[in-house]
Amino acid sequence: MFDFAKVTNWIDALLLSFLPGWAATLVECVLVALAIITLYAVFAIILIYMERKICAFFQCRLGPNRVGKWGSIQVLADVLKMLTKEIIDMKNVDRLLHKMAPFLVIVASMLTFACLPWNKGAEVLDFNIGIFFFLAAGSIGVVGILLAGWSSNNKYALIGAMRSGAQIISYEVSIGLVMLTMIVLTGTMSFSEICQQQADLGWNIFRGHVPAVLAFIIYLIAGNAECNRGPFDMPEAESELTAGYHVEYSGMHFGFYYLAEYLNLFICAGIASTIFLGGWAPFHVPGLDGFNHVMDYIPGAVWMVGKTFFVVFLLMWIRWTFPRLRIDQLLALEWKYLMPMSLVLLVLMAICVSLGLTL
Amino acid sequence: MSNNNYFSGLFSGIKSLLVGLGVTMKEFFTRKITEQYPENRKELKMFDRFRGRLVMPHNENNEHKCIGCGLCQMACPNGSITVTTEMLDTDDGKKKRSLVKYEYDLGCCMFCELCITACPQGAIEFCTDFENAVFDRAKLVQQLNKPGSKVVEKKVAPKPEAPAAKPAPAAKAEAPAAKAAEPVEKKESNPETPTTV
Repeated sequence: MFDFAKVTNWIDALLLSFLPGWAATLVECVLVALAIITLYAVFAIILIYMERKICAFFQCRLGPNRVGKWGSIQVLADVLKMLTKEIIDMKNVDRLLHKMAPFLVIVASMLTFACLPWNKGAEVLDFNIGIFFFLAAGSIGVVGILLAGWSSNNKYALIGAMRSGAQIISYEVSIGLVMLTMIVLTGTMSFSEICQQQADLGWNIFRGHVPAVLAFIIYLIAGNAECNRGPFDMPEAESELTAGYHVEYSGMHFGFYYLAEYLNLFICAGIASTIFLGGWAPFHVPGLDGFNHVMDYIPGAVWMVGKTFFVVFLLMWIRWTFPRLRIDQLLALEWKYLMPMSLVLLVLMAICVSLGLTL
Repeated sequence: MSNNNYFSGLFSGIKSLLVGLGVTMKEFFTRKITEQYPENRKELKMFDRFRGRLVMPHNENNEHKCIGCGLCQMACPNGSITVTTEMLDTDDGKKKRSLVKYEYDLGCCMFCELCITACPQGAIEFCTDFENAVFDRAKLVQQLNKPGSKVVEKKVAPKPEAPAAKPAPAAKAEAPAAKAAEPVEKKESNPETPTTV
């Protein structure tokens, strides 16, 4: 596999050759931030287009097809429209919190986005408690949503935010437990080490067999709920709450929520592919050396993005199939089904690992 | 007992969710039903029962079936039909009503089809043309009987009616209408019955 660290080391050496240490670090930080923001915007556009097309196909429609070939620059036009819209100052809102909330959401989303391992040696935020950091950073988003609901001074927004809070905090429990299950298997919380392990030993979903597959399914359900999407879009139930917590937002402030929603979907899928499907690790079949060698030629970033979009497709399939749950059904699903199951899975995985039953 | 419900509910729930996923996945690959209208103008075919605008089918001899009874005019809730008739002397010395002008105002038609239901002859029907927009409201008032047309003579022509006046899609739509007209004509001996409707 190509090690991206060579590139970063070369840039580092180049910058250090004519800059003092602190300036080199500063320049690198700016470069990385630019790269992340660009990727963030590009993926958001791709995801919105993909969502609209896939949604249309599931509903036996064609989807956007007028702007550009197959409607390919429709999203770009939408983004331009969003950028030119006025951000309206509401009269009785809590000014500071109202303006701060979208930034909290987008910051949380970008922090978690930076956790994704793109390639071998191309991790942005990578340290020994990576998964912990991911969960913690992801939880900032819910603060933003709650603040948005509270500061809007609008009953719909508040109800939406409260539902969202209840939902995200509940489903975070099973996400945490499922991740713990996989940590029992991998023995490390660092994303780079998890990927390296899967490149050496095979994908976690195969290594962990039964408990890993079940954990993957639970992760998909809970992850979908974390993104406020699919059958779990209670916070912005448009039929009863108009738009939920972001009803009072306009222009790019609304755009941030929209962007964060799609990127959270991507991040959720990206973490699923990192933890379960091997991240940048190519697909290997033990014994077939020729096949494995060919697979090694496909760059890790392609593997990572490919797997992530596969999981994104699964999540969109779920979203456009099932009707929305009621809030009590939503909480019953988490506390009566998913959480007990993930606890059982944790124990099962611990037994498997301690008895050496993993592959 | 409650335990049993918990697990059976869980598994039946999962099963029904999988059925739903299967349905949408099948839908994902089916041909899409979207009509891309301006591009597919040539091959676009509306469904047969679409009510575009009222027409009076004429056969190849420029004959229609309207006897000028005016039932459609009475049935119309919006008054969008005006039937003008005259009394003519037939060869055997009787007087007979004959259609002069059948005016139809598309602008105030609400496509209820009550006129077609009221017609004892099956002389009018809706065609599937839907491009009805014009720049002047006066153009919406159309005369449905063609100039120089007359009523189809009964008994003389025992149904050779293959109306070729319209292009292919319209002809298909007319075929069932012609069949439906037959029983109505037999009942024609007591033409009072439809008037009570």
